[in-house]
Amino acid sequence: MAMLRLERRPTPSQFWSRATPLLAVALTMVAGGIMFAVLGKNPVTAIRTIFWDPLFGEFAWYLRGQLLVKAGPLILIAVGLSMGFRAGIWNIGAEGQYIMGAIAGAAVGLAVYPVETRWIFPLMVVAGAFGGWLWAMIPAVLKTRFNTNEILVSLMLVYVAQTVLAMASTGFLRNPQGAGFPGSRNFSNYPAAHNDWLIESAGLHWGGIAALMAVAAGYVLLQRHILGFQIKLSGQAPRAARFAGVNPERLVLICMGLAGALAGLAGVFEVTGPAGQISIDFNVGYGFTAIIVAFLGRLNPVGILFAGLLMALTYIGGEMASTNLGLPSAAIQAFQGMLLFFLLACDLLTNYRIRLKGEAR
Amino acid sequence: MFGGIDPALLIAALMVASVPILLAAVGELVVERAGVLNLGVEGMMIMGAVVGFIAAVESGSPLAGFVGGALGGAGLSLLFMLLTQVMQANQVASGLALTLFGQGLSSLLGQGYVGVKPPHTGAVPFGPLVDIPFLGRVLFGHDPLVYLSVIMVAAVWAMLKFSRAGLILRAVGENHEAAHALGYKVVGIRCLAILFGGAMAGLGGAYVSLVRVPQWVDGITAGAGWIALAIVVFASWKPWRALLGAWLFGGISVLQLNLQAARIGIPVEYLSMSPYVITILVLVVMSSGRGRAALSAPACLGQNFHATS
Repeated sequence: MAMLRLERRPTPSQFWSRATPLLAVALTMVAGGIMFAVLGKNPVTAIRTIFWDPLFGEFAWYLRGQLLVKAGPLILIAVGLSMGFRAGIWNIGAEGQYIMGAIAGAAVGLAVYPVETRWIFPLMVVAGAFGGWLWAMIPAVLKTRFNTNEILVSLMLVYVAQTVLAMASTGFLRNPQGAGFPGSRNFSNYPAAHNDWLIESAGLHWGGIAALMAVAAGYVLLQRHILGFQIKLSGQAPRAARFAGVNPERLVLICMGLAGALAGLAGVFEVTGPAGQISIDFNVGYGFTAIIVAFLGRLNPVGILFAGLLMALTYIGGEMASTNLGLPSAAIQAFQGMLLFFLLACDLLTNYRIRLKGEAR
Repeated sequence: MFGGIDPALLIAALMVASVPILLAAVGELVVERAGVLNLGVEGMMIMGAVVGFIAAVESGSPLAGFVGGALGGAGLSLLFMLLTQVMQANQVASGLALTLFGQGLSSLLGQGYVGVKPPHTGAVPFGPLVDIPFLGRVLFGHDPLVYLSVIMVAAVWAMLKFSRAGLILRAVGENHEAAHALGYKVVGIRCLAILFGGAMAGLGGAYVSLVRVPQWVDGITAGAGWIALAIVVFASWKPWRALLGAWLFGGISVLQLNLQAARIGIPVEYLSMSPYVITILVLVVMSSGRGRAALSAPACLGQNFHATS
């Protein structure tokens, strides 16, 4: 260590900015392999089960479809989060916004049950986005009005949303014909409100379409729109942004609102589709994993598309490894956390040069 | 007496309930006074909870458990230290990574320990003092960690206010360029502060799994680390106010549990979300208006330092 010296690059390296995610994934595989070996599993088999078998193994015909099912919500949420993260606005309560979006959307559908018109599902989608937006507006407005820390408030609201979810599934949204069991009516028995497969073999439902649209829209916004420029400028040089006429409060409201609405959308698509119903634990932490996805995708919508697919792969592969190899499911969560560590560490190469002590500049 | 709740028991329970968040908050306070924002408190707490639990169960000694907890928390904070102080990574992102990783790793480590009972942590023997009416039960019936948490508050206060080390620590947090120019090792001092914060958070976490609950379940800390972060803001980075804040939140969580048990007609869900809602309200009050908390925040909070010469 004493032989090395860090030298700040005049501008971040383009090459390393692209290469660090790959390097981080490779390092995570090595470190994860060591972790699996410590747990008494063959590391090569474990890594192959997680990263290779879902794509090319025996059950790939089914599991490949699952990829998009899991990646959809992650991408949708991460694209929203990345806008704020770029501008230095830290919304880490996407899990709560996801839950509230799902509840709001489901409530609209259940309120009009059993009416059958084609307008119900679109209305639920709008309600879901609105629910997530509203939940995100709480930390946003508190930040702009009272200068409250958005990190802490948005996180606290996740715990509040979880109790609201418990209230919904055991109380106000409970299936009246469910024999007293917690959980709402199942949307797969209610065609007008059901988020059905568009292409079942590909795992494509409306949530997947929305995720792809969010990637495209996010890309255009960042590259071609003045708002994208303002977001990037605020993150890199807040003072310069203020001189350039960027209103920081407006940016907070927009970025938080956008992330909340997208998380809410993800929630409503999930609850009307793959999850099927509001239940006390329908949420599986996509809102938190999406933070990793956003960073892994370099806060860039196209990068997030690939990062979301990769993270979905670790979910599916992790499940396979837990049934086939008896790998604990918590191991995969630790594995995902590890990925974020390596990513942040490798970022050093983007912003700094490593030189030997005494070497000429 | 109100609603069948005994005030002496309530105060005693409040002091116990506040220990985990108080320990974590005092640790984080030192970290933030050194200019480092470590959002991984929740992760370090839960690592302390699981490592402490395992150490206590395997050795049969609560003391080993608390030492293990502190080491577990400090061990995880070592990762944060490497990322932010050596690798120059973003502190907010690194803190989040710490929490996500800590939650996964803790549930992995704790798998074999679900349903196991930890060794009992006894009260400090104060002899006849316990029999003093009211005060005896409030002040003299606790386990050592309750007293340690208050002692730590006093120690940190004295260190920051009166000692040379405290002055240097504050200088590093307020203006790292100037501190560096004066010849202080900014990065070294911050590393020590981060490790101290990790150990304190881990100790708090071990208290949750060994005394408060006492058993191991996934996600046992349930946001206590985030509340500790909020308390540092509430306290305007002052140790004694952190004690006040921790007791306030301890009081709320004890009261809501008592009210749940007393069945006074407020739905359980409203009561169980109350600590989080009240945290938000307190943050709003503290952050706005004339006494703005942000004004007393260390000037270099969250900024990385890289010596150019």
